[in-house]
Amino acid sequence: MAKSSNMTSRSKALVRRETRSAYLFLLPNMIFFIGFVIIPMILCIYTSFFDSTMGKDAKDVFIGFQNYIELWKDPIFVRSLKNTFVIVIVSVPVVCIFSLWVSALIYKLKGPILSTFRCVFYLPVVTGSVAVTVVWKWMFNNYYGIFNYVGKGLGLVDKNINWLGDEKYALWCIILILLTTSVGQPIVLYVSALGNVDTSLVEASEVDGATNLQQFWKIKWPLIMPTTLYILVITTINSFQCFALIQLLTSGGPNHSTDTVMYYIYYTAFKLYRYGYGNAMGVVLAIFIALLSAVQFKLAKEK
Amino acid sequence: MNSGVKRTSVYKIVTMIILVILAILFAFPLYWIVTGAFKTAASINATTPDWFPKEWVMDNFKKLFSRQTAPLWELAVPFGSKFSADGKPIVFFAGPVVPAAIRWLVNTVFMSVMAMVLTCITAAMAGYALAKKRFRGQQLLFTLIVCAMALPKQVILIPLLREMSALSLYNTIWAVIFPTVGWPFGVFLMKQFSEGVPGEMLEAARIDGAGEAKTFIDIVLPMIKPGIGALAIFTFINSWNDYFMQLIMLNSTSKLTISLGIAKLQAENSTDFGLIMAGASLAAIPIIAIFIAFQKYFTQGIAMGAVKG
Repeated sequence: MAKSSNMTSRSKALVRRETRSAYLFLLPNMIFFIGFVIIPMILCIYTSFFDSTMGKDAKDVFIGFQNYIELWKDPIFVRSLKNTFVIVIVSVPVVCIFSLWVSALIYKLKGPILSTFRCVFYLPVVTGSVAVTVVWKWMFNNYYGIFNYVGKGLGLVDKNINWLGDEKYALWCIILILLTTSVGQPIVLYVSALGNVDTSLVEASEVDGATNLQQFWKIKWPLIMPTTLYILVITTINSFQCFALIQLLTSGGPNHSTDTVMYYIYYTAFKLYRYGYGNAMGVVLAIFIALLSAVQFKLAKEK
Repeated sequence: MNSGVKRTSVYKIVTMIILVILAILFAFPLYWIVTGAFKTAASINATTPDWFPKEWVMDNFKKLFSRQTAPLWELAVPFGSKFSADGKPIVFFAGPVVPAAIRWLVNTVFMSVMAMVLTCITAAMAGYALAKKRFRGQQLLFTLIVCAMALPKQVILIPLLREMSALSLYNTIWAVIFPTVGWPFGVFLMKQFSEGVPGEMLEAARIDGAGEAKTFIDIVLPMIKPGIGALAIFTFINSWNDYFMQLIMLNSTSKLTISLGIAKLQAENSTDFGLIMAGASLAAIPIIAIFIAFQKYFTQGIAMGAVKG
């Protein structure tokens, strides 16, 4: 008896020591995580129930769900939500299919060639959104842009088009740029996932006389499913957050035809100084992203 | 049989050609930035574009460097703006005056290096604790980290801005660095790597009488080194390119980052494409060089983070 109680008090001391050291290891990171991620998140939800503006004397006034109610009556918000969904619905499948296709073609190539291709498709991501955007702005330019020049040369357009200034084209131009900056990471992921597929499975199916296509759908596709899911989730989140492109290319114009939720949040908060209203939009956006990620997870699990 | 082989090889050649064309299209914007930076004004504004600069000139860079100036570096008293007479920071040590674009580069490098170092140290420690230690609140903390990761980072920028001004950090480079360090992806990645450290090795070290710090530095760190390499390069590039955060937190000329500087340049001279391309190449070239140099770590890190997560 005495021995066992001795043991428990010793193990208790051990547990306490382990807990204390764990907290010490966590502490430096927690200061930043809680201070600059968790607290702002809580503040975001909290402020969304207030009429909060900028200024020294401005006081936050509690208005309950007023901000949220106003959102659905705000035609610009509804329009920006619609634009955001168009961007997500177009870009997510295109990014996934395109990157899978490219990866399937390059993953068996020799080392240096493979890494050159991977590098090139990753370039627009590394170059940075600002540098990428300003060069595309030039390429789309009405007078000096190469799109109009090449388009006229090939007979695709008969007169100069003001790509970014025309409601018909502006959003599609943005989606095009977004696509070039979104496929880099999925390609890296798919190349490594395809490279990890067990070769003995593939060889066995070859012996059984499976065609390339059968091999892909029956063996490789199920095995890379977790990667596909991950890519779906990150591409969705990235497309929802599309901001720099909009701010630098069109500022939401013409006539709000390229407003996205993220840009509209920026606009209300930092141009109109309506923090509470902006935060309410942020909360709605976060809920949409969470829902969509949950749906994608569920679908993938069922499969 | 023979025709089948032929068909597949023709198919292969055609797809390779398409792939190469696509690769050229993907690299083209970068080519256009760099060549545009060295073109003459006449060549830039020609309605028939010069696919290759006819003559290489430095005019655009000269213009960029003569636009604005700023001290190369400034050291200020922490929270000096709280108690200085005019509410401005108290600078006690400023470097020589240089073109503002150079200062922007210095700011950007400082920001990215600081974010990288702080993230790697804190995330490695926290990731190890999460993976290898048992403590109260562990499950809750891990859930919090995963949830925070799935949420859009930019949504919290409004409250973050108010928090930073309350802490007198607004318009300092730290306002951009701290939230980057707090972002939980690093902890998540380091936890996945620390899982791979065998428990017996830690146990053996403990029996040998090694302290917690010694165990961590001598045993854990060498084993998670590839993960730290990946996290370092990942954080560096992301921090360099995190335009939205920089846009909101920084505003005076001497505080800008290179991305922000180019964006301002574009807003002020929207049709001087030569000048803008000179700025853009200044922003893009260093980060691309770093990416190519550390490409191996980077791609490995992305892949490992996803597979294990």
